[in-house]
Amino acid sequence: MSADPSRPPRLSLRGIEKRYPGVRALGGVDLDVGAGSVHAVLGENGAGKSTLMHVVYGLVTPDAGEMAWEGRPVRLRSPREAIALGIGLVAQHFHLVERHSVVENLALGFPGVRAWRPTRALIPQLRAAADRYGLSLDPHAIVRDLSPGERQRVEIVKALLQGARLLVLDEPTSVLTPAEVDALFSVLRRFVAEGSSVVFVSHKLAEVEALADVVTVLRRGEVVGRRTAADGLDRRDLARLMVGRDLAPPVRARDRAASSPATAGPVRLRLHQVRVDATARGRPPVLAVDELMVRGGEIVGVAGVAGNGQSELVEVVAGLRPASAGSVEIDGRQLGNGRGARGRIDAGVALVPEDRTKVGVVGDLAVDRNLALRHAHRRPFARGVWIDWRAVRRVSEAAVADFAIATPSTRTPARMLSGGNVQKVILARELARDPGVVVAVHPTYGLDVAATAQTHERLLAAAARGAAVLLVSEDLDELLALADRIAVVAGGRLVATMAAADADPEALGLAMAGVAA
Amino acid sequence: MDVDLLVVATVARALAFATPLLWAALGEVIAERSGVVNLGVEGMMALGAVTGFAVAFTTGDVWWGLAAAGAAGLAASSLHAFVAITLRADAYVSGLSLTMLGLGLSALVGRAWVGRPLPTPMRPVDVPLLSELPLVGPMLFQGQHLLTYAALVVAALAWVWMYRTRGGLVLRSVGENPAAVDAAGLPVRRVRYAAVLVGGLLAGIAGGYLSLAYRPSWGEGMVNGLGWIALALAIFSMWDPLRVVFAGLLFGACFTLAFRLQTVFPPELLTMLPYVFTVLALVFTAWRRGRHAFGAPEALGRPYLRGER
Amino acid sequence: MRRGRADRRWEPRADAPGARVALVTLAAVGVAAGVVTAVFVAYDVAPGPAWSTIVHRTLLDARGLSETVRKAVPLLLAGIGLLLAFRARFWNIGAEGQILAGAVGAAAVALFAQVPPPWTIPTMFLAGGLAGAAWGAVPALLKARLGVNEIITTLMFNYIALFAVRWLINGPWKARSATGFSYSERFPIEAALPTIGTTRLHWPTLAIGLALVVVVAVLLARSRFGFEVEVLGRSPEAARYAGIDAGRVTLLLAAVAAGAAGLAGVGEVAGIHRRLVEPTQLSLGYGYAAILVALLARGRAIAVVPAALFLGFVFAAGDVMRVSLRLPSQLPDVVTGLVLLLVAASEPLTRGRWVRVAEASQADPCPPAGAGADPASPHATASGGG
Repeated sequence: MSADPSRPPRLSLRGIEKRYPGVRALGGVDLDVGAGSVHAVLGENGAGKSTLMHVVYGLVTPDAGEMAWEGRPVRLRSPREAIALGIGLVAQHFHLVERHSVVENLALGFPGVRAWRPTRALIPQLRAAADRYGLSLDPHAIVRDLSPGERQRVEIVKALLQGARLLVLDEPTSVLTPAEVDALFSVLRRFVAEGSSVVFVSHKLAEVEALADVVTVLRRGEVVGRRTAADGLDRRDLARLMVGRDLAPPVRARDRAASSPATAGPVRLRLHQVRVDATARGRPPVLAVDELMVRGGEIVGVAGVAGNGQSELVEVVAGLRPASAGSVEIDGRQLGNGRGARGRIDAGVALVPEDRTKVGVVGDLAVDRNLALRHAHRRPFARGVWIDWRAVRRVSEAAVADFAIATPSTRTPARMLSGGNVQKVILARELARDPGVVVAVHPTYGLDVAATAQTHERLLAAAARGAAVLLVSEDLDELLALADRIAVVAGGRLVATMAAADADPEALGLAMAGVAA
Repeated sequence: MDVDLLVVATVARALAFATPLLWAALGEVIAERSGVVNLGVEGMMALGAVTGFAVAFTTGDVWWGLAAAGAAGLAASSLHAFVAITLRADAYVSGLSLTMLGLGLSALVGRAWVGRPLPTPMRPVDVPLLSELPLVGPMLFQGQHLLTYAALVVAALAWVWMYRTRGGLVLRSVGENPAAVDAAGLPVRRVRYAAVLVGGLLAGIAGGYLSLAYRPSWGEGMVNGLGWIALALAIFSMWDPLRVVFAGLLFGACFTLAFRLQTVFPPELLTMLPYVFTVLALVFTAWRRGRHAFGAPEALGRPYLRGER
Repeated sequence: MRRGRADRRWEPRADAPGARVALVTLAAVGVAAGVVTAVFVAYDVAPGPAWSTIVHRTLLDARGLSETVRKAVPLLLAGIGLLLAFRARFWNIGAEGQILAGAVGAAAVALFAQVPPPWTIPTMFLAGGLAGAAWGAVPALLKARLGVNEIITTLMFNYIALFAVRWLINGPWKARSATGFSYSERFPIEAALPTIGTTRLHWPTLAIGLALVVVVAVLLARSRFGFEVEVLGRSPEAARYAGIDAGRVTLLLAAVAAGAAGLAGVGEVAGIHRRLVEPTQLSLGYGYAAILVALLARGRAIAVVPAALFLGFVFAAGDVMRVSLRLPSQLPDVVTGLVLLLVAASEPLTRGRWVRVAEASQADPCPPAGAGADPASPHATASGGG
C-alpha cells in the first residue's frame, strides 16, 4: 500500500499558485501522490482544496507552478488532457445529464467509444467494472431517478472506464449514508490495491483517519502540514493544523434538562396527516408525515440523506408548496394553502433556506433591500402602497451592527459578500421579528468555524426566546449538538424519532438508510 | 366535388405546404438541442428566399439558387452563433434582431425582383412506379418537389444520428448539461456553433423552397410567419425529428383543410387559421407536458461559461 | 516560475457602468449610421446633402419635428409597457397586435357606441386600453397557467389581430364609399383627437404617454409593487421565497404592457387616420421597434423618452428618405434590426472589464463561484450545474 521510493511519484505538484480577484486561492502548494496510495487533502471550506483539484484535473490553469506525471513534466490545458493522462475526477457536484441513462452518460465521457450505438458497446464494460470493484449499477436507469450515492457510483465508473490511474474525489461522502461511505471506501481500497492512486479531499477527520496513507493539510491556500499513516494520524493534531489553533470547545450543548417536555412551551408547529403527492402518476407520495409537533423553545432536528422529502417538508411548512392533504398548524391555527408563503410569513414563520445565494438573497440587490425582502409588505417597511426607504436603511444599519455583517456598506450588492456574511443577512432578516417558528435548512453548510458557531448561537437564542425551531441538516454532529429531538426522514416518511440524548450516529445512520434501497 | 379527389388534393397540398416548415423546424430542433435558441428563423428564411431567387434568376439555374439560399441562411446564423455563443449575449434578442434585420434586408434587396416570375423554376417530379399506385400515388408521389422528399430523408437521418450515434448523444448532452460535456473533455462551443450553422442552412433552404419551388417568385411578405410557425413546430414535436415530420404534416393538413372551407367562411378569417392552430398546438403541448415531465433541453437559452473563462 | 499564458483576463460582473452603456449605445448607433451612408452611396445619393436633408426635415423644421415626435408617441407608450413586461420576464413580442386591438376597441366606440362628447374620447381610450390589455392577457394567462412560450403566442396573436382587422374593414365594418382600398366609416367629429396647430401631432396621446412614464418611474422606485417587480425580475426563486406571487405580478405587468400598446393604437386610429384602415398602415412596425426602445432604456423608465424619440427620428428619417431621396422604404426596419443586434451583442461588453492576472482588487472580496470557495448549498447544483 505504500509507494515504492525508487519510482517517481505518480503525480507531483510544485509551487502551484492561483489567484482570483481579491483572493489568493492557492499559494505555493507542493504535493506528491505515489502509486498504490491514498492521499487525503484536508482543510476547512475555503481552504483551497477544490481549486487544487480543479488544477489537477485541468479545469483551472494555475498562475504559477509545475506539475509532473510519473516524473514527466506536464501542463494541462483542459480536462481532455487530464483524462488522457489517466486522471479521473469525481466532483462534488456531479457532471451528469439527468435526463439520460447511466450508460448514455458513460458513453459521453468515454474517449474511444465507437460512433454507432455507443451505448450498446459499453454495457459489457460497465458490467466488468462493476464486478471488479463491487459497484452495482443498472445501465438503463435514468440518472434523475438515482440517489446521490448511486450517481456517485456512475461518476466513479465513468472515471474507471476512462482508464483512470489516479482518482480524485472531492468531498465524496457529503451526500452518502454511513453504509454507503463504507461501501465507497471498500471500492477505493480495491482500486488502490491494484497499484492505482487516490487523492481525496475532505474536511471530515474521521474519514481521513480511516482511509488515508498520507494527509496534506491546507489552510488559506497553503500547505501547513503533512502526516503519514505510518507515523500515526492523530485527530487532534490534524484538527489543530486545519484550524490553526486548538479547536474551539464544541458548541455549547443544549442544557437538556432545561427543555424537557414538562418545561417546554406550547406546540407552535404541528403537521397532521400531511401528504405531498408525487408528480408522476402511480408513485408513492414524496412526503407522508402523520404527526410532527414542535414546541416553543424546542429544537427538532431532521436528519436524512438529501432527496428523501426534506425539501418538501420545508416547503410545506413555509407555505411555498401546497400540501396535497393534511393540515399545518401554526400556534394552533390551521393555515390553508391559499395564502401561500406570505400567509406563513405573516403568521411568524421564518425560513433560512438551503440555497443561500439564489433563494435566500437577491445577489444584485443591495444588502439593505435584502434585509427587507420577505417583509416588505409590512411595517416598518411598508406605508400603504409605498416603501419607506429610510426605514429600510435604518433597520439595515442596525442589523449590520447587531449581527456584525462584514460589508463595505448597506448599499453593497449581496453577491459581493462572503457566504458567512450572506447567512448573517438571512439570519438577521429572519430572526429580527421574533418569529414563532424557525425553519433552518443546512444553515452552516460551507461556512467556516466562526460563522458556524455564530449561526448556532443565533438559533439557540431564537429557541431560548420561545421559538419552535425545525433544523434540517445532514451534519449529524450539528444535529446532536443542537437538537432536543431528532427525527429521521427516509422515503418521505418519518421513520424514527429519538431524543438527542439517546441518539448516536450509528442508530441514526441505520435509520437513514433503513428504507432506502 | 368527388370525395376521393378532395382527399387526394388535400393531402398533396398539405405535403407541399408543410415542406418549408419541415426544413426550418428540423434546423431549429438541431440548434435548440444544443442549447441555443434561434429566433431568427423567420429572417433567415426570408434571406434564403430572396438570395435563392436572385441567384436562380440571374444564373438561370435553380440548383445554384438553392445553394445560395442555404448559404444565406448559413451566413446569417453564423452572426447569431457568434453573438450568442462567443459573446455570450442574450440569444433571444440576438435572434429577434436577426429576424428584423433579415426581413428588412431581404425586402430591400428584393425590390428588383418583385413580381417577376422565375423563368426556370424547380419542376415538380413524379416518383417512378410509386406514382402509379391508385389513390396513394397521386396523394403522395405525384407533383411534389424533390425538396419535399429530401426533407423527409433529412428528418430520418437526423433522427438516426441523434439517437443512435455518439455525435447525436453529445449534441443532446450539450443542450442538457454543457458543464458535464466540458468536464468530459469535449468542445461545447464547437458543437453549438455547428448546430446553429446547420439550423441556419436548413432555414435558408426552407426559404429557397418558397421562392424557387412553391410559388416561384419573390414578394416582401413571402415568409409570412412560417418561420415562427416552424419554431412552434419544434416545440410541439418535443425536439424530436420524427415527430417534426408527423406534426408538420398534421399542420399542413389542417391548413389546407381550412382553405377548403373558403366558400363558407370569409377568406381573411381563414388565413388566420394557421396562427390560431399554432397557438392551440402549443397549448396542447404544454398541457401534455405537465403529465409526462418532458421539457425543453435543460440548458436552452443559457450561455455557457466554464468556471474561469 | 512561468506565469499563465495571458496576462489579462476578462472578468464578468453584473453591474453596467452608465458611461460605458452610453458609449456602447452611441457606437451601435454610429455603426448603423455608417451602414445607412453606405446605402446612400450604393443608390448614387450624395451622403452629405442626404444627411443634411434628413436632419433638416426631421429635427430642424417645425413640421418635421412634429412628425418625429408624432412617430415617437406610439413608441413611447408601447415602449414603457414593454419595459414593464420585460421586468417580469414576459417577453412580449405582440405589441404590434395589441396596438391593433386598441385601435379596434376605439373604433368600436367611435362608430357604434354613441357616447356623447366630451366623454367620447376618454371612453375610446378606455376601450382601447382594455382591448389591448385583453389581447395581451390571453398569452400571459397561457404562460402563467400552462407555461406556454409567450414569444410565439404573442407573435401569433399579431397575425391573428392583423387578419381580424382586415376582415373587419372588408366585411362588417366596411365603409359604403370604399372601393378598391378597404376602410371603415369615418369617425364622427367628436371621436377625433385634437392636434397641435396644423401638425398631425395628437397631443392627448403624447400627454398620456409622458404621464405613464412618470407613473411607472415612481411606481418602480417607491412602491411595494415596484419592489416586488424588481425582485421578481432579478431572481424568480428568491421572489417565490419572499412570498411574491409571481403569476399575479406577471399577469398584471403583461396586461398593463398590452394596455399601453392598446392606448398607442387608439392614438393612431383616432389621431391620425380617423377611421379603421389597413393594419399595416395603422402600425408601421411600432410594436417591434418598441422592443428596441425598451431594451435601450435598460430598465429605467425615464430613459424610454429619449429612446422613443430616437426611434421616432429613425422612422421619420425613413419617410424623408423615401419621399425626398427616393430610397427604399425598408431602411428603418434594417436600421432598427441592426441597432438591436449591435446593442444585444455589446451587452456583455458593458458588464465586465479586463483585469491583470494576479492583481489584487480591493473592491471584490469574493472569488467567483467556480473557485471552490464557500459552496452555496449542498444540493444546489448536485445535478451537474446546468
